[in-house]
Formats: sequence, C-alpha cells, structure tokens
Amino acid sequence: MRYAMVIDTLKCVGCSDCVVACQTENDVPIGYCRDWITETVNGAYPNIELELKSERCNHCENAPCVRCCPTGASHQLVNGIVLVTGDECIGCGACIESCPYDARYQHPDGYVDKCTFCHHRLEKGQLPACVSVCPTKCMYFGDLDNPNSEVSELLKNRKHKTLAPEAGTKPNVYYLI
Amino acid sequence: MQEELFTSGRNLPHIDPSLEIWHWPISVYLFLGGLAAGLLFFASLITVLGKEKDYPAAVKYASIISPIALTLGLLALFYDLTHKFYFWRLYTTIRIESPMSWGAWVLLIITPISFLWVFSYYSEIFPKWKLKFEFLNNFEKFLKDNRKNMAYALIPLSIILGVYTGILLSAFNARPLWNNAILGPLFLVSGLSTGAATIILLAKTKKEKHLFGKIDLALIVLELGLIVHMLMGMYAGSEVQLEAMQLLVGGEFTLMFFGFVIILGLIVPAILELIELIGFKVPVAVPALLVLIGGLVLRFVIVEAGQITRYLY
Repeated sequence: MRYAMVIDTLKCVGCSDCVVACQTENDVPIGYCRDWITETVNGAYPNIELELKSERCNHCENAPCVRCCPTGASHQLVNGIVLVTGDECIGCGACIESCPYDARYQHPDGYVDKCTFCHHRLEKGQLPACVSVCPTKCMYFGDLDNPNSEVSELLKNRKHKTLAPEAGTKPNVYYLI
Repeated sequence: MQEELFTSGRNLPHIDPSLEIWHWPISVYLFLGGLAAGLLFFASLITVLGKEKDYPAAVKYASIISPIALTLGLLALFYDLTHKFYFWRLYTTIRIESPMSWGAWVLLIITPISFLWVFSYYSEIFPKWKLKFEFLNNFEKFLKDNRKNMAYALIPLSIILGVYTGILLSAFNARPLWNNAILGPLFLVSGLSTGAATIILLAKTKKEKHLFGKIDLALIVLELGLIVHMLMGMYAGSEVQLEAMQLLVGGEFTLMFFGFVIILGLIVPAILELIELIGFKVPVAVPALLVLIGGLVLRFVIVEAGQITRYLY
C-alpha cells in the first residue's frame, strides 16, 4: 500500500476549492492552510506558459522531516502517509527547516501541523476532502502499489513530474503535465 | 524567466514570504554551545596532560563560564520551542538519525558535568567562603579525586557538542547553504577558538596567554581554511548552492560575513596575536574580544542566510 495523489495541471483552473475544503474539513486555524494554489508563469511575452498547481505535503518516501524529528512525533505509516503526533511534538521547528516544500507550519497551539492526506477520511473509505470537492476533477487519489489503480494507470500513460526531485525526497504527489 | 505566485493567498506566519522559524535564540545558543565546548575541551585536555598548575585560568576560572553558557543556551533553546511543556519528549526516545536528538542527550550529560567540574574547584576559586555542610566538603573532595575521570569523559563529549552545533544545520538538505559537510568542523573550530579567546581574557600569566594565543592563532588559520573550503564547495555545487553562496559573496550578507566574521573576527585578531607573539605590546583583550564577536556573528549569518536559501521548483 503506497498512497499517492495525482494532479492534472492541464485541468486545474486554480479555483482554490481544495484549499477551502481542507480548511473546513480539518478545522485549520484562520490564516493557515495545509494546501495552496500556485500559478507559475514560464517564459517571456509572447511565448508564455501558465501552470496552475494545487500543492501540499508530498508525503515523501524519503521524508527529511521524519529523519530530523528529535522526538519521533513526525512519523510515517506503512501506507506512506507522514503524520505528526501533536502531544509528542515540542515545536522545535526542525521538520519545518528540513522540508523543501515548506508544507508544514506551527499551529497556534504550538505543535507542528500539515496535510494528512485526510487520514481520518481514508479510514472510512472516503477520499481526501480536497480530491472529493475538486470541480474540474483534476485530482486523483489511490494506491501506487496496485498497478491497476486509477493513479497507476495515469502515471503509466501520461507525462508527469514531481516537485524538486533533486532534493532526493521521492515525493508521492505527482503532477500531470 | 519563471515567476511563481500563491494565488490562494498563502501567508503562513514565520514561513511566508521567507522562512524565519529559527530566530536569534538559536544563533545565541549555537554560539554559547560552541564556547562551552571549547572551554570544557581545553580544561579537560590540560587536566589529562597534568598541567593544571601551569594553566589555572583554563582549568579553573574559565570553566566557571561553561555551565553559565550552557544554562543560558538551554534557556534560549527552550524559549524558541513553540510547544514548550512537551520538551521532556526529547528524553523519551533516542533517534540516531536526528542530530537534534543526540544533541539533546549530550547536553543532558555535559551540563551537569560542567557544574560538577566547577564545584570541584570551589575551595580554590572561593577560598573565603567555606562550605557549611560536611557532606558538601566530602563531595568536593570526591570530585577533586575524580577530576581526571571527568576530564576523560569531557574530551569526547565536548567535541561532540562542538561538532553537533554545525551538524544540526547541515542535516537539512532543504536549506542549501547549511547542507554542506564543512559546517560541523567549522563550528567546532570556531567554538574552540572562542573558548581559547575566553581563556586569554581570563589568563593572568604571560605563559598561559602565550600558549592560548598560539592555539587561537592556529585555530583561526584552520577556520579561514575551512571557510574557503566551504565557499569553494558551494561555488562548484549545483544551482541552489551557487545561489546560497551568492548571499555570502556579493549578496545581502556580504558585509556581515566578510566584514565582521572574516576580517574583524579572524584576520585582524590573527595579525594582532601574531604581533603580540613576536614581542610587541598589544592588549590581548582586543583580539580575544574580536574573536568572540566574530564567532557570534558567524552563527547569526549562517542561521539567517541559511533560512533564505531553498529549492525552487
């Protein structure tokens, strides 16, 4: 079991519905967010390319945040999901420093918080909140260890990329390009 | 050309627009930890060599500073935690992969030993104030007899403490400026150098001042070599490391790095110490203080510049 998210940048319109759905579902404090939309413009006029992406914790296979955590509060489940146990976290900030994606933040209550791939919803057989609300259906979620899953099929057939692969983290959020 | 915007209005405190998770307490701690490591290393080295009588400042007076520095450093670290009252979680586990974890354990061992070390010199440092309880006198005598054993333990512990302050930062591959193997040795040498400078400040005899002047001079030369090595490594590195180097060379930290660390903190004190060793009169407090200020500024520059550098995608 290796959970992964696949996001189609050609279908994403950057509406931020995933951001709001996450904030509502996970009770994210006001002013904070676990996922966000980036708009990247490449090139110079008239040869311009626009790319919209919904970004979040990449639940890296080789997670630097888990390696750097001094208490073991940051940990990885067997299905690849990286989680933080709030009452083991001391708020030292080492995981935030170690994340190339700046995907973590310090919750106003002090502990470090981030995307959980909606772990609590997966247990009930539901999709992550962001995936379930996407109006253009540009987000897919599933198991990469299963070669017939929707995400495996997409990665087999479509050109894709991950963010900052040179950081050596082996991210599990893929972007179709 | 590439331009990236957060269109969903991301504005996380201390993270956007640039990372500021670690503030001044971390820099101050890295300096104090290095200083304490240097002081304890020299105190224990001289004790192991059996030269305590010749170098009283190194083993006795300067070692009063190390428990104070460690305590202030630990308070600074505690102040910077955001989930403070869970700090004891550090001591429910040992995580070999996390430098911060073994740093926390080393601090837990070395801080009490640094207090015991000073206490073993209590009656020599404060001859007028007698201990009121007999068991304290006995304890002091016990520590005095075991001073050499403490020294044997302190030599490896102080080296680990000194190296760890650098490795703590170099373990973060997400921050290209920190992610180089030289940072550990660089911080160790800088810590030893600030320790030697403190001993020079407190030394009363010419012999002791000269010995630690020579040691400090050698350490400064070594530190300059390591800094050149670090910059060369980044210069020959990937794009993110080149961008990191440009912050120090020609970027916003150039004045602080070259002016306060390299010139005022290393080259000028090295020249002054050299002149003094040749035989001219130089107030040794000047190079010693410059080395201390340079060490502090080095920590601030590395901690703050490192948090600006990142992978772009």
